[in-house]
This record gives sequence, structure tokens and C-alpha cells, in this order.
Amino acid sequence: MKLTGTSVRRVEDRAILTGGTRYLDDIRIPGTLHCSMVRSQFARADLVSIDVSGAESTPGVVRVFTATDLGNANGPIPQPTWSAAPEGLQQHVEVMSRPEHVHLLAPGRVRYVGEPVAAVLATSPYAAADGAREVYADYEPREPVVDLDGSRNLVGGPLNDSWPDNLAARFVIRKGDVDLAFARADHMVSGTFRSGRQTGTPIEPRGVLADPTRPVFTVWSSNQAPHWLRDALASYFGLDPGEIRVVAPDVGGGFGIKSMVYPEELLIPELARRMSTPVKWVETRTENFLAAVHARDQQHHIELALAGDGRFLGLRDRFATDAGASNLESLIVPYNTAAHLQGTYRIPAVHIVHESYLTNKAPLSAYRGAGRPEAVFPMERIIDVAARKLGIDPATVRQRNMITRDEMPYHAGVRYRDGTPLSLDGGDYRGVFDEALRRAGVEYWREEQARARTEGRLVGIGYANYIEGTGIGPTETAVAVLEPDGAVAITVAVPSQGQGHATVLGQLAADAMGVPLESVTVRQGDTGLIATGGGTIASRTAVVVGTAVSVAGAELRSRVLDRAAGLLEVDPGDLTIEDGRVSVVGAPARSVSLAGCSEPGAGPPLEATAGFDPGRVTFAYGTHVAVVEVHPITGHVTILKYVVVHDCGKLINPMIVDGQVVGGIAQGVGAALSEELLYDESGQLATASFLDYQIPRTTDMPTPEVYHFETPSELNPLGVRGVGEAGTIGPPAALAGAIEDAIGKADAVIDRCPMPPSYVAGLIDPAVASPD
Amino acid sequence: MGEDVTTDLRVAVSMTVNGEPVTALVETRLLLAHFLREEAGLAAVRIGCDTTSCGACAVLLDGRAIKSCTLFAVQASGRMVTTIEGIADDEDLHPVQAAFREEHALQCGFCTSGFVMATLELLGANPDPTEHEVREGLSGNLCRCTGYANIVAAALKAAEAVRPTGDDRA
Repeated sequence: MKLTGTSVRRVEDRAILTGGTRYLDDIRIPGTLHCSMVRSQFARADLVSIDVSGAESTPGVVRVFTATDLGNANGPIPQPTWSAAPEGLQQHVEVMSRPEHVHLLAPGRVRYVGEPVAAVLATSPYAAADGAREVYADYEPREPVVDLDGSRNLVGGPLNDSWPDNLAARFVIRKGDVDLAFARADHMVSGTFRSGRQTGTPIEPRGVLADPTRPVFTVWSSNQAPHWLRDALASYFGLDPGEIRVVAPDVGGGFGIKSMVYPEELLIPELARRMSTPVKWVETRTENFLAAVHARDQQHHIELALAGDGRFLGLRDRFATDAGASNLESLIVPYNTAAHLQGTYRIPAVHIVHESYLTNKAPLSAYRGAGRPEAVFPMERIIDVAARKLGIDPATVRQRNMITRDEMPYHAGVRYRDGTPLSLDGGDYRGVFDEALRRAGVEYWREEQARARTEGRLVGIGYANYIEGTGIGPTETAVAVLEPDGAVAITVAVPSQGQGHATVLGQLAADAMGVPLESVTVRQGDTGLIATGGGTIASRTAVVVGTAVSVAGAELRSRVLDRAAGLLEVDPGDLTIEDGRVSVVGAPARSVSLAGCSEPGAGPPLEATAGFDPGRVTFAYGTHVAVVEVHPITGHVTILKYVVVHDCGKLINPMIVDGQVVGGIAQGVGAALSEELLYDESGQLATASFLDYQIPRTTDMPTPEVYHFETPSELNPLGVRGVGEAGTIGPPAALAGAIEDAIGKADAVIDRCPMPPSYVAGLIDPAVASPD
Repeated sequence: MGEDVTTDLRVAVSMTVNGEPVTALVETRLLLAHFLREEAGLAAVRIGCDTTSCGACAVLLDGRAIKSCTLFAVQASGRMVTTIEGIADDEDLHPVQAAFREEHALQCGFCTSGFVMATLELLGANPDPTEHEVREGLSGNLCRCTGYANIVAAALKAAEAVRPTGDDRA
């Protein structure tokens, strides 16, 4: 029976449920020194001096390092990040991104609270923490830049000495004649909408362990892209990539937050080499809030021009990003925002200007969705504003503008972030939207809304449509090997952080080979096992790695059949693989076991390697519908119904796909209702714990309903589109629409996410809020 | 105030962990979570925060679910600790473990042991919970992967499997 398309239970789960997993902190090497970081307590200050004598005399402390101790090894080194702008973008789009350099430890000045200042090495984690408390840094505080205005006005002078101002990146996108579109429009609506600063908070914080005593220098990191980290380390140390092995062990969630190369990931290996002993650093949650990347934090001023019937004629969007202390995200996230802004809609003319500014906050970068939620929020918000102005139902306005099946493939008239023309490769956007309305029971809820109103209850409905470019390059390779016992071993580069690679890739390999899932093992996340690869990011594993696995599996099958044909003296076309044996169709007694095929006497080892270069992304898309009730006095939001209709092409494992979508929705609900990283005027992060940064709990979440369209992608042989990020994209926009609809007050426009009760309560008409 | 803290105070701590005695000479300040990880070698006791918020370290102490990062190891001396490593019956998963797998209630797995232990306590106290009671009962644990729907489904499914049948139910 084919496994692809079925909800096979995960092969990972038994180990997790019985204590058999090994996350970073579970790896034990005798003689390991434990590192505790001393971090800046100021947002912006000159580091006058550091006294480490107290730390060095703390019991258990072995050594303390500051920037001075590291000398040239401290940097500056070029920011190891994704390439700034591919050629295709540079040729067709006006883009600028200032090159950034990093230091491992702050050299003479600090730029955000939480920036690493010193590293304390000790014989135990407790002793290291004791030592870190005894490091006394003398700071001369300077006026911090805590918002976009401060950054534009160069408060305290430029944040980067080699730049004339604080502008880190900028681009302009033009499509059609937007001025003409606005001049001819019957209606124009505009608004300013902000996506707040948030972060991914994987429940396992970051961590690094480096062992220089092995024949090959080995670094374990809780990271989504070990090969990129290996390359960064090789470049940092001036070694060949083959001289360093990077392993991502079991990883407790990533969500993009673990996809960069952090200073700590270079520092810990550097310290291990200096000490000639293994060194381990495991991040605390507080550190994770302070110093792992932040995300979102975009402010859009968006204008939409419409014809009298609600058709979109033109779109202008000027948006800015609070990039934090360094240009880490470069163009990646904001360009994603721009590329996805038109979404599922037909918009003839577009003009987008983006600017990214440095501030004294933790650096910004990618978090699940990576620019897409930030695009969908202002776009869907302005559509709701337009619907109200024109007196047309918000669902109807959307239907009149959605790209139809007949228009596919649809050329959006802009470039994707890989530089290729953005082409929507099939799907039924309008059909998915209509199905979502039906599944959500929108007609019923409209009646319920009216009934609730008469009782003083506020019920509302909101919509979000989105596209998601998935399966971006680079090439991924898969190696399939027939083991001596007849089992199949698959090796890929990308590690899992909970997505179930071993199951999903195992299903594909098992089907390609014609063996049961139990006969397949999947090895991943270890540069010592496979030379090249990218990372588990950007909803790309199923598309890119899945295809490579499937092709490698099919190739291995063909080699096995050839081998068996020789052994059985038949034509390979007459053979089939069943129950661990290769047998002649119609004469099952004539057979050889898979183990027999891999016996040394049967010939050289059987293996197959396949690479897949997707060329360009394939688009998933979907609709979220939210129904909420808003408490008229407190502003508390209860989600009554949450429906998703999504199209990620062929489903490999529906259970896992739904798990990805529902998990993403929870992060989107947090982004919509409760999660925000708040800095005060002095640049202190006021929300540096789970007590203050509220991620959703069991009691905050509905049980969403998820339905699928399966429009096969034509860009890969599996017909799949990626799904990792879909769930996070819709909730802020859908919930904002629903809350605004529930409040039902003409001038109450939701202009930001998150929308905590205090904010929602402030929008409610006092006449409604008064108990009689 | 670092100079006031004496870090070399050690004390012998003994407890029963998953039915086996574990004894170690440890610092008085050692947290139970670290004792279980370092001295008992139980890697599935995990630490995901420093504010007693996430519940990844939840274990049963004399049958009650506690966050083992909130207790010193000495406070558990002489008592009985159960972790996820100790609930399966050899090859057979405990019904709560089995339900978590069947309902896809785990993804990255980092929070999973805490949720399983919290579910064990919940079902011990209330063998026939409503969905609302499950959500209330597990609200002390954080998961960032699943969105909770499948965890709630798993707890309800496990309740069916473990609760007494027939007349005992009333």
C-alpha cells in the first residue's frame, strides 16, 4: 500500500515519549567546560572597563574572556547571513542593503540589552553562573534609539560608525502606473498599520557544544541549518569545510529563530579551541528573549485605489522596519513582505517603498512566516476599511478581486526574493475562499451576530487570504543506501525541529523503494554525513528535500532490481519488491532478499544520490475565517470558530500537515492577541520572560478546523507545495477583521497587532460597554 | 551579594526515582530538575524557562505533578519521583503516551514529557474530564509547536483508556 497521502503515525514519537531523545543539553562529554554569558545591561553605552577578577576567583571558574582577550578573533567579521540581494533583484529592483559586521563579544560599546560582553568558563553550569555574576562592567550610558523616529532623527548620532545615517536597507518596487490608477479611482482608502515586535520562543532555547579533541573538530548546535553554520565556522577559522563537522541534534523547535548564525555559535567553538577542551553553552529563557532574534515590527502606510464596484485599481505601500542593532535580516524578511503583499488579489498598479532602520534593540530577522503575516495584516486591513467605506460586504469585495483559476499561471508583475519573476503556479484561490465561507458557516454567523447584538453581545467575522512562496532553493541532495541487512538508509542535510522529517521523508523513500516504513531510516542534520545542503527554513523541506529523497529512492530501487535481475537471471522489468524480497512477478518462489542483494559477494554496495533544484518557488495559499466574541467591557476576545481552507498541493502525511497548520495558527493567535516584545524608553526589554511575553496556553486556543484543496504543483514531481508557515500568516489579519466587525463602530479601525484586551476595550463604543 | 552565598555546602540527598533509589552528595541549591538530569541521568526532564512558566520539567512527586525546577533536590529527599522514563510497561507505552502518539500531540518533543506528566495527574484526579477541564488542567504547561488541539484530544483519548469501566464510573 502506498504510504504517501496517509496519516502514518510518526516514527519519532516513541523515543520522545520514553526519554530516548538527545537535545543539545543532553549531550555529555567528560571534561566539558560550561559557559555563562555576561550580557549588556544597557541599550547603548560605552564599555569603559570590565573587571573579571571576582569572577576568576569564583570557585569552579576556569577562565573569563572579554573582547580584549579574544583580540583579532573577536572580529569584526562579515555578518554570516543569507546573501543580500540575488542578481535578479539587483537588475530589476532598486535595492540597497548596507553590509554588516559582527563581533563575538561587545568591543568597547554595547548596542542592545543582552549583547554578549564576556564569557565565563567553569566546571559546572552553576559555577559559571556564579562567575558571571561577579563580572563588573563599567558602562558610560548614551542616549538610546528606541523607535523609528529616533533612528531617523539620528538620536545620539549614527549607530554604525561607518554609516552616515541609520538606514540599514531600502528597496523600491514598481508595477504599472500607480499615480494614474489613483487619479482615475472612484475611491481611495488609506491607513497606517503596525505588526508588533515578536519572537518565536522555541521551548528549547539555543545551545552550542564544541569539542576540539575529536579527530574532526565537532560542533553541536540547536540550529536549523547546520551546513550554513559549518560554512560560517570554516570561513571564521580559515579551515576547509571538511575540517569541521556541525551536528544539529534533536532540536526542540526552531521557527526561524534558530536559522541564523549567532555570535555565540562562533564564540563557543573559538573558546573550545583556545581551551583545548569541550565547551558548552545553553541559553536561559531570559537570554532567549534578550538576544535571540526578534521579528515582525513593521509599520505600513498603505493606500488602496478602487473602482466604484470595489475592484482594486492601485496599491501604494510605504513601510519601515525597526531592524534592531544590526542589519541581520537585510532584505530577506521585508522583501518577502513586499513580494507577498498583493497576495491572492488582482492589482494592476503597485508602488512599494521599504526602509529598514537600526535601533538599540535585539536584531530582527526571520520568524515563521518571515514577512508574510506582516504583508497580509495591512493588506487585509485596508480591504476591510475599503469594504466599509463602499458599503460592500467584506467577503464580496474580496471575491471581486481574487485571482481565478482561469487566470493561472498568474504573473504578479513583481520579482520574488530569489530574483525570479513572481508567478502564481496554479490553484483555485476564489474556490478556496468560497469553501472557507461555507465551512465557517458565515451565513449562520451573520444571523447570530445580529441576534447577539440585540443582547448586547459583540460577535464578528473576519477573513484573511494569503499566498506563500514555498520550496525555495538551493539544491538539496539525498543519498539512499541499501544496508547489509536489506534496510534502506536515507541521508539528507536538513534537520527536523519537530516537523517529522523521519516520518515524511521515510514515507517518500519507502514508496519509492517499495518497502515498508519500518525498513527505512532517515539520517539528518549532520555535515559529517552529507557534504552539502541548505536548512530547514522557508517551508522548503517537503518540496526540495522530499523530491530529492523520492528520486534517490526510485533510483536505488532500479539499481536493486538490476542487481536482483542478475542474480535471478531474469529481466529487471519482471521483478517486484515485496516483503523485503525481490521476486519475479507471477513466480514469487524465484526471489532474492534485499539483504541478499547487498551482500558483498553480490557486487559493490548499492546506493543512489539525487539532487533537486526547484528553480523557483511553488505557491501555497489559503483562507482563514475567524469568528469571535468580544467582551463589551473588558475587550477580552473569545474565538468562537476558526476555519482554514488551505492548498499545499499533494499531502504526504495529512496528520502532520494539519499539525503544522494548527501549530502555526497558535503562533498567529499569539501574534494577534497577546505577544509583544516591549522596550521602555531606556531600551530595557520589559517582556523578557514567559510571565510577561504571553504565548498562548491551552485555555487561549480554539480547536481550529482545517480543510484542504490539493492542486498539484507542476514544479516538482511530487506535486507538493510547502506548508510549514501557512498557519502563522492569517490569524492577525483574520482576528483583526473579526474583532473590528464585532465592535461595529464606524471609526474604530484596528491598526495594530497584537490587540490585547486593553487595546480592544478602548475601541468599543461606551454606549455598548455600559451595562444598560 | 554574591559574597554572602556559600556555594560549597553539600548535602546527601536520597530519593526513589522511577522505583530505583538514587543517592548523591549535592549542593543544597541544586534544583530537583538538575538532580534528575545530572544525578539520575533522566534526560526527558527538560528546562525551557527560568520562571516556572513552561512546565517542561514536570514530574510526579509522590504522585502529584510538580515543576521540578521550582524545588531544591533536598526538598524531595526521601520522597518518590516518577518521570516519563518510568511510566511505560517495558515495550508497551502507557495509555497516555500511546494517546499522545496516536493523536499527533507532539512535534519537537521538548515540552512533551511535561504534558504527559501533567496529563497523568489530571486523569488521576479527574478520570472523566470535559474538554474544558482538560484545557484548565494543562494550562500550566507551554507548547509552541502543536497549538494544543491534539494534546487536548490525546488527554481525552487517554482518559477513555485509563478510567475504570462500568459501575466505577458513575
